[in-house]
Amino acid sequence: MLIAAFLPALVVPVHAQGPAPDDKRQRELVHMVRQDCGSCHGLTLQGGLGPALTPAALRGKPSEGLVATIIGGRPGTPMPPFRGLIEESEAAWVVERLLEGFPADGGPQSAQRTAGTR
Amino acid sequence: MPGSKVKRAALTVAMLLLSACASQPPVALRGTGDLGVIVERATGRLQVIETTQRRALAQVSGLGDLSHASVVFSRDSRYAYVFGRDGGLTKVDLLTATIANRVVQAGNAIGGAISQDGRILVAQNYEPGGIKAFDAGTLELLADVPAAYGPDGKRSKVVGLADLPGNRFVYSLFDANEIRVTDLSDPQHPKTERYPSGKQPYDALVTPDGRYYIAGLFGEDGLSMLDLWHAEKGVRTILPGYGRGEQALPVYKMPHLRGWAVAGGRAYLPAIGRHEVLVVELGSWKEIARIPVKSQPVFVMARPDGREVWVNFAFPDNGWVQVIDTIQNNIVDTLQPGRAILHMEFAPKGEEVWVSARDDNKVVIYGTAKRDKRAELPAASPSGIFFTSRAFRTGF
Repeated sequence: MLIAAFLPALVVPVHAQGPAPDDKRQRELVHMVRQDCGSCHGLTLQGGLGPALTPAALRGKPSEGLVATIIGGRPGTPMPPFRGLIEESEAAWVVERLLEGFPADGGPQSAQRTAGTR
Repeated sequence: MPGSKVKRAALTVAMLLLSACASQPPVALRGTGDLGVIVERATGRLQVIETTQRRALAQVSGLGDLSHASVVFSRDSRYAYVFGRDGGLTKVDLLTATIANRVVQAGNAIGGAISQDGRILVAQNYEPGGIKAFDAGTLELLADVPAAYGPDGKRSKVVGLADLPGNRFVYSLFDANEIRVTDLSDPQHPKTERYPSGKQPYDALVTPDGRYYIAGLFGEDGLSMLDLWHAEKGVRTILPGYGRGEQALPVYKMPHLRGWAVAGGRAYLPAIGRHEVLVVELGSWKEIARIPVKSQPVFVMARPDGREVWVNFAFPDNGWVQVIDTIQNNIVDTLQPGRAILHMEFAPKGEEVWVSARDDNKVVIYGTAKRDKRAELPAASPSGIFFTSRAFRTGF
């Protein structure tokens, strides 16, 4: 399968994937995971249509596989690929946070309203 | 007899207390027909709102995880029943803005419905998969109907629950590719009928007359339709292979069909994995149109008069709303009410629409005739907006 063939390329050590996201991006990522991933996995990440993403639920699952799932999705399930929306190093940062207990949402970034808003 | 004297005295005291209550009502007198609730998802709180003055009246806290909450109303429109993501079912008194009753009925829930006669609440559950019925007065459990399937009796996640005439409920089994109808007219003895459907139904709607049940499919292009007046004919596939040969796009938020859009004898339905609203004629089930829209539609909702259909979109294009003209079947307006538009709710006769902008912590109110902004209300991370007029509609 094409996707399976590409997976090994994604399987690299989590800590060797570039710098951690800056504070602003971390805040965005936390908000995205809580609010948007939360539409399937629950705001508290206890699960919904998608499985729970709590440290207990993820225990024993290799980080590399979790990063690959975020980036590439899970074909045949509703889990979509986030490639293009999130960098691999950012996905690795998210996975590390999930495994240790995900931070609370600090809210969205301050509004950058477009001129066309009405 | 001394006993009867005591009784009479007690009765007198009770009557005095009652009359004292009657002369000093605990809340100002008001009707409930223009009330509603806004779900503040991050804080597990409801705002009780009034549509006539476009204002918040009160807040009610302590409702648990409301990240995917849905709400139905008692038939006297006094109580809102809130189904939380964490399985909480809370009965909120809109007049006193207090919790009248609360149970945690499951581990992981996704919404509910209320029976035709207003006496039975039904919750649809992911974990454990199935539906449960509750007395709308006491929230006492009346029936537990597991969505078991296959030889080893696995339980499916339940989606697309809707009420039907006759205290029946129709719902879909995401994992089992089935539509089921459970008759709760005798809640102690629920009777369930099963109909094979297309692959992975993700949500569904029932038409306002309670006749047609249409389930969207995640596992294939097309929708499953059950004519409940001729259920013996089983499920029919409609709009089969509407995206044949095209690669479906990633779906960042499952579309919702339950904010149904039936207008002018047609159903307006969100395509899954495509930037399209599909239009199908009820009855003949012919495809009338596919309307290209800005992104992946989530809610496709008809204005109550059916003259327009309003659409919002999945992450990451969720700052937009588009309006479809139902005669021309094209887009007539594109709005940017704010960031992360999660839900829309029309005033009962459709002159205004309330739109929740989660990431801007506000609800924006538009007039629908000119699509002009009329007001904004602050709300913490608002998601669903529900007005009491839902109490009188099948499928809400």
